[in-house]
Amino acid sequence: MSMIKRNRIALIFLLVALMAPLFTDNQYYLYIVTLSFIWTIAVYGMNLIGGYTGQLSLAHAGFFAIGAYSLGLLTVDANVPYWFAFVLACLITTVVGFFVGLIALRTKEHFFAIYTLCVGYIIYLVIYQWDELTGGVRGLIGVPPPSPIGPISFESAESNYYLVLAFLVLVFVFMKFLTESLIGRTYVAIRNSEELAQTIGINTMRQKLVSFVISTFLAGLAGALYASFVRFLGPEISYTMTTFDMLTYLIVGGIGTLYGPLVGTFLIVTITQSLQFMEEYRMLIFGPLLVFLVIFYPRGIVGGIQMWKAKRQFKKRQKMKRTSSTSTHEGGD
Amino acid sequence: MRKLLTLTDVSVRYGFYEALTDISMNVESGELVVLLGANGAGKSTIFRTISGLNKPLKGRIEWQGKSIGGSSASKLVADGIGHCPEGRKLFPNMNVYENLRMGAYAVRRNKKALSETLEQVYTLFPILEEKKGTAAGSLSGGQQQMLAIGRAMMSRPQLLLFDEPSIGLAPLIVEQVFDVIKEINRNGTTVLLAEQNANAALKIADRGYVIEDGKIVVEGEREELFANDEVRKAYIGA
Repeated sequence: MSMIKRNRIALIFLLVALMAPLFTDNQYYLYIVTLSFIWTIAVYGMNLIGGYTGQLSLAHAGFFAIGAYSLGLLTVDANVPYWFAFVLACLITTVVGFFVGLIALRTKEHFFAIYTLCVGYIIYLVIYQWDELTGGVRGLIGVPPPSPIGPISFESAESNYYLVLAFLVLVFVFMKFLTESLIGRTYVAIRNSEELAQTIGINTMRQKLVSFVISTFLAGLAGALYASFVRFLGPEISYTMTTFDMLTYLIVGGIGTLYGPLVGTFLIVTITQSLQFMEEYRMLIFGPLLVFLVIFYPRGIVGGIQMWKAKRQFKKRQKMKRTSSTSTHEGGD
Repeated sequence: MRKLLTLTDVSVRYGFYEALTDISMNVESGELVVLLGANGAGKSTIFRTISGLNKPLKGRIEWQGKSIGGSSASKLVADGIGHCPEGRKLFPNMNVYENLRMGAYAVRRNKKALSETLEQVYTLFPILEEKKGTAAGSLSGGQQQMLAIGRAMMSRPQLLLFDEPSIGLAPLIVEQVFDVIKEINRNGTTVLLAEQNANAALKIADRGYVIEDGKIVVEGEREELFANDEVRKAYIGA
């Protein structure tokens, strides 16, 4: 019972998500929401290394693209069975992430952000220029949808929606356990102060590397899902702008919070879609909004709500103290 | 007595600035040794070098007879060197218990030792048990220092380095802090204490070193340092 109560927000989200397709026949809405779920998985990876561990990686779109292109190339060009290619795509991204992290994490703070920004751009250039492998600007066409698991096939929009949702739930549960465990607190300790973390015995290099590798794994997973959902890949998914889009989702939702990626990605992706008619002028809304959030709510919407709740609880406690002290004065029960 | 920690001609540089020049000192098992010096004399640099945050340019550091000059800070904690850093650096968003739990990171696999040490810390600082659910950032200065000390104890160190634990605390609290350090030493932990408050520090110490401009200028037993005119003039003010 208490477990249900403690996680009621997550369960309400899940219930709404599970029922959503029943209420709409509009394939387009479903498509947008599925896409936002895919981005959410990637943003969770960014949140782990950037939000919890405090190392802002700007190569995230690059790893997303490595996952996507790995799946695309393995299925289209190499005819590898879908789910095998899926696992391989995640694995390839993770391995690349490991080696990038090994070098990148030797730099700190701004230099880490700049270094990873360059790595991301290099990945973009490789995808863009390596015509024979990736198809360059023309992109990669005809990525197959996920092949059926037993009797369940993934041809329809609904089935794809539920598949992505299933992965998102797994990622969410994983992130919840991770961030509430000692490992999660180790990451927060590193964000707090790397030196202090060292003086209590944390091997900060190793812990940062593990966090980074998990984050690239999540980017790769999201990329693989994206490839077989959109079924067309162009080099622009690895472009720096994609990283900054993800960063926007994360900051709006709440960097370093469990629900931040969920809330931020969903809101921005859906709002962006409904403001399609404004074309590039949308940025006139998002730009100021972002500045406003960074100044007044540095931990985003979720962080803002948490603050508000904490304040309310504090006031309640103060009130209770006052009433209990007056009641004892009156000699009441 | 057994030599626990020995520094031989250790020099440390920050860029071109030589912070420490040919520091030689030792700490024996069970001792309480104090390191006296003004601001910027190099006390913290010595501590940072011992605990692996700075690398010595030259010289030798031996821990239990083995050279540790190039070891990483995290490994040294596991080897038994605890560090209670200057300025009560805590994890402000974590509560008191979580801070203590983080302190036990190096011994996290030994569950029994963990609860034992936690018990010890709570006995020494009952206030920490009372406030175990409170965020560390909202504790008073004195309580934060207690928590910093408690957290350093959680890794079950053989040698504990205290970097200016009295800084910015009310005189009454300073006295408590020094009593606690003495108590920790009596319970079997070797202590190396860096202080500007020479009077209070020498009262509980066995031995001491005085450091000026990155060099050790005086060393001796407690009584010798108390009797030394220069030390009295510079640090005790009497």
